Amino acid sequence: MGDRPIKVLIAKPGLDGHDRGAKVLARGLRDEGFEVVYTGLRQTPEMVVTAALQEDVDVVGLSILSGAHMTLVPRVCALLREKGLGDVLVAAGGIIPDDDVPALREAGVAAVFGPGTTIGDVAAFIRANVRALD
Amino acid sequence: MTADREEAARRGSALAEGALGGDRRALARLLTAVENRTPVAEAALRRLHAEAGDAHLVGITGAPGAGKSTLVAALIGEVRASGRSVAVVAVDPSSPITGGAILGDRVRMQAYAADDGVFIRSMASRGHAGGLAAASVAAATVLDAAGFDLILLETVGTGQSEVEVAAAADTTVVLEAPEMGDEVQAIKAGLLEVADVVVVNKGDRPGAQRAAAELRAMLTATASPRLAGADPTATARTASGGPAAAPARPGPKRPEVLVTTATTGEGVPELLAAIERHRQGLGVEGGPAPVRRARAAALVWALLGDRVRRRLEDPALADVTAETLDAVVRHELDPYAAADRLLGALVGDAGRRPEGRDAGRQTSRG
Ligand SMILES: Nc1nc2c(ncn2[C@@H]2O[C@H](COP(=O)(O)OP(=O)(O)O)[C@@H](O)[C@H]2O)c(=O)[nH]1
Ligand SMILES: [Mg+2]
Repeated sequence: MGDRPIKVLIAKPGLDGHDRGAKVLARGLRDEGFEVVYTGLRQTPEMVVTAALQEDVDVVGLSILSGAHMTLVPRVCALLREKGLGDVLVAAGGIIPDDDVPALREAGVAAVFGPGTTIGDVAAFIRANVRALD
Repeated sequence: MTADREEAARRGSALAEGALGGDRRALARLLTAVENRTPVAEAALRRLHAEAGDAHLVGITGAPGAGKSTLVAALIGEVRASGRSVAVVAVDPSSPITGGAILGDRVRMQAYAADDGVFIRSMASRGHAGGLAAASVAAATVLDAAGFDLILLETVGTGQSEVEVAAAADTTVVLEAPEMGDEVQAIKAGLLEVADVVVVNKGDRPGAQRAAAELRAMLTATASPRLAGADPTATARTASGGPAAAPARPGPKRPEVLVTTATTGEGVPELLAAIERHRQGLGVEGGPAPVRRARAAALVWALLGDRVRRRLEDPALADVTAETLDAVVRHELDPYAAADRLLGALVGDAGRRPEGRDAGRQTSRG
């Protein structure tokens, strides 16, 4: 049944003041043919994981500008595994220094997208790495 | 083929048992199968249908921006305060060009992430004509079987299929917002015809009470034809005198008109009470309500159509089917005779099939 659209959650954990970038990404991925669940600002890791579980998304994209990624992202990854969602592809973006990338990958993030990334890059990465669609 | 079927049946019943046992991940995965209309979903729904039927299915529809999601969030709070569980299916349109969608309704429903008595699921409309109602009713059946007391189905009241979804619910709430221009939006979209309860939201805005008064005046003049026309089998049944089991059909009723402010919760308890009153009027608890019979009819007819077509296209009959259609193209056979011929071929074929048990039984009886 691999012909259904890929379902992606775009979430903004933490206390970021705006979600312009996340909305641009959500719209861009929609235009690439993805079904994008958007949950808005100020999500706790628990809220993100509840949404991922109830929506049965294939991908969780975390957008963080506040600098709190080193606590929030590993927490989301750990909770996903705890809830049996270890097969969900996790990607992060926003403002994340290169030095932090290895630790985030270690925590379970498949990709960290920097400021220069295009929507096309993100879409291609997701298509190449998403779990088998059943 | 058979191995695939067995695997689907095994997985479908595993997910069904999981969903019944309170496993939310199994429930979510099952809803995905239902959305994709896979054999897994069919296997699970066969198991779950008997467990469903207790939930109250409420459709909420209206123009984009009218405040549906905000109102759904307020209703969740109200329902939870009364101790009942609630599930939401929020449908947003898919892009007809890319097939993608933005499902943004959850933004307004974030307060309930830690509450196990609340389950929220977004669904893209995916442009399948008529199939959207079937998919969302099937999703509601799964949530019903999983034990949710109330199921809220949010759809944008613009496309025909979205309106069908709302109309398939036990109770249909149509939302209107006062600032949406002179003419009431719901009238343009033909929504008032399916309304059981009409809500003027954004009661904090000027013009809300006036809009409600106008709607009340208008609705006094025209009662909803919904219950009279919803069941496609109704005419045939009435014409032939009708079997004794046919449910009694109450006369059309005038929808209540209420004013709410979803952002503050004002009017929301009254709305929930009106929804509840409507359900009691339906007699869902007493026996099959006409709206439920219409829903059953729509589901079964859709499946029957699928199955007839699949049989006619499978190798045993594909040649007959192709020849018959070609004869219509050549104007040697009229379409009516073609349909009769294919129906005859289908009945003959079913009699020969080992799994065509029903047809076989009928032959031996007659
Ligand atoms: N003033 C006012 N705004 C409201 C009310 N209900 C919803 N809104 C706002 O209307 C906008 C659209 O709401 P939403 O629930 O997303 O509408 P939907 O598209 O019908 O689901 C949001 O900005 C809400 O905050 C209300 O009762 N009063
Ligand atoms: Mg909405």
